[in-house]
Amino acid sequence: MKKSKIYLGIAIVAIAGFFTIAADHIDAPAVQGGTNDITDFYAFQGQNSNNLVFVANVQGLLSPTATAGAAFDENTMIEFNIDTTGDNVEDLVIQATARDGKMYFFGPAAPNQTGLNSTFLTGVTPNSVDITAYGSSAVVATNAGMSFFAGPRDDPFFFDFAQYSAIIGGTASGFNNPGSDTFAGSNVMSVVVEVPKSMIGGTGTINTWVESKRKQ
Amino acid sequence: MKFNNIKLIAIAVLISLTAYNCSDDDAPTGPTGPNFTGTYVQQDQMGRPAVNTVFVSSGSKDMFNTTIPSQQNAAYQAMFQTNLEALSPAYNTPTDANALGLTSAQFSGFLATDVLNVSLDGTTTFYDGTNVLTGRTLADDVITVELLLIFGGEDFSENPAFSDDHVDANDKPFLASFPYLASPW
Repeated sequence: MKKSKIYLGIAIVAIAGFFTIAADHIDAPAVQGGTNDITDFYAFQGQNSNNLVFVANVQGLLSPTATAGAAFDENTMIEFNIDTTGDNVEDLVIQATARDGKMYFFGPAAPNQTGLNSTFLTGVTPNSVDITAYGSSAVVATNAGMSFFAGPRDDPFFFDFAQYSAIIGGTASGFNNPGSDTFAGSNVMSVVVEVPKSMIGGTGTINTWVESKRKQ
Repeated sequence: MKFNNIKLIAIAVLISLTAYNCSDDDAPTGPTGPNFTGTYVQQDQMGRPAVNTVFVSSGSKDMFNTTIPSQQNAAYQAMFQTNLEALSPAYNTPTDANALGLTSAQFSGFLATDVLNVSLDGTTTFYDGTNVLTGRTLADDVITVELLLIFGGEDFSENPAFSDDHVDANDKPFLASFPYLASPW
């Protein structure tokens, strides 16, 4: 493969999406830099292997000095979607939203309706946890085998985005070794919920994704 | 104004205030809880890391964020394939494949539905050398995995300058127990 062709290919994509970066940090004009901007999504087996953990991070690239003033937007719903039947339509949701210093969690349960518009689950009592303040130890709430956390955390994402940008921009011919983590020393606002696998299908494979939704 | 009149007015005001307070207290009983009513409309979504960032063309990124996953393949597979082939010389021919054995058409078809596949039966990892796409842990080097699948060719050996950013771990150790993420800087 000739390098010139590599550069050409990269340049084409560079034109397509130069200022969009990373896992999902500032991925699109309508959300970038706002309180609804999802930066990352994780789903993994918990310390207790009977449990699964969901992590949604929003508001990326917070400097330590900016973190104390960062807050969850009370007009935002963070919704974890779980497809247990393989059709990529959510069968279960876990909904989270902040109110007056607490993060409230609804579900997991079948949504009132699937798709782009959501309402909070009705007929259920939400769980809640105090939002951990910057500089304080993590506050964790537990109920019915579930655990809940909300607050600022170190951004767990790592990537030499600066060098990637240089490659895309045509000023570098490859990554460095070692690379440099562009996200080192930055924070995000995290929502973490751990649930028994028995609540989300029990066995097999699920398809899952996270959404941020704004109150109309 | 006579003192009696002042007293009468004061009493009248007091009564009206009391009466108002009484009627106000009658409506809701007990403290008012948080308001969870209303409709919430989608702004952003994410399944696998970096998909919208890398594969969706500028101008379509907001639309991708508001297309439900079950409709994403039909709407975006062709765009993903075009961008993947433009980005990576590892997909020069239609038969070129990545280490998962997926051609550009197959890989873009897989990625266009942006959901994270998660096993409920054991190891959860984006890729750990053995298990493939069974979840995503905090420590998974997802960018290098994706760079390898984009640039690395059939055996991860192609385009080495582009297939690893050589940032292999987070800048703070993760916790073994809930909430797993490290404390903020």
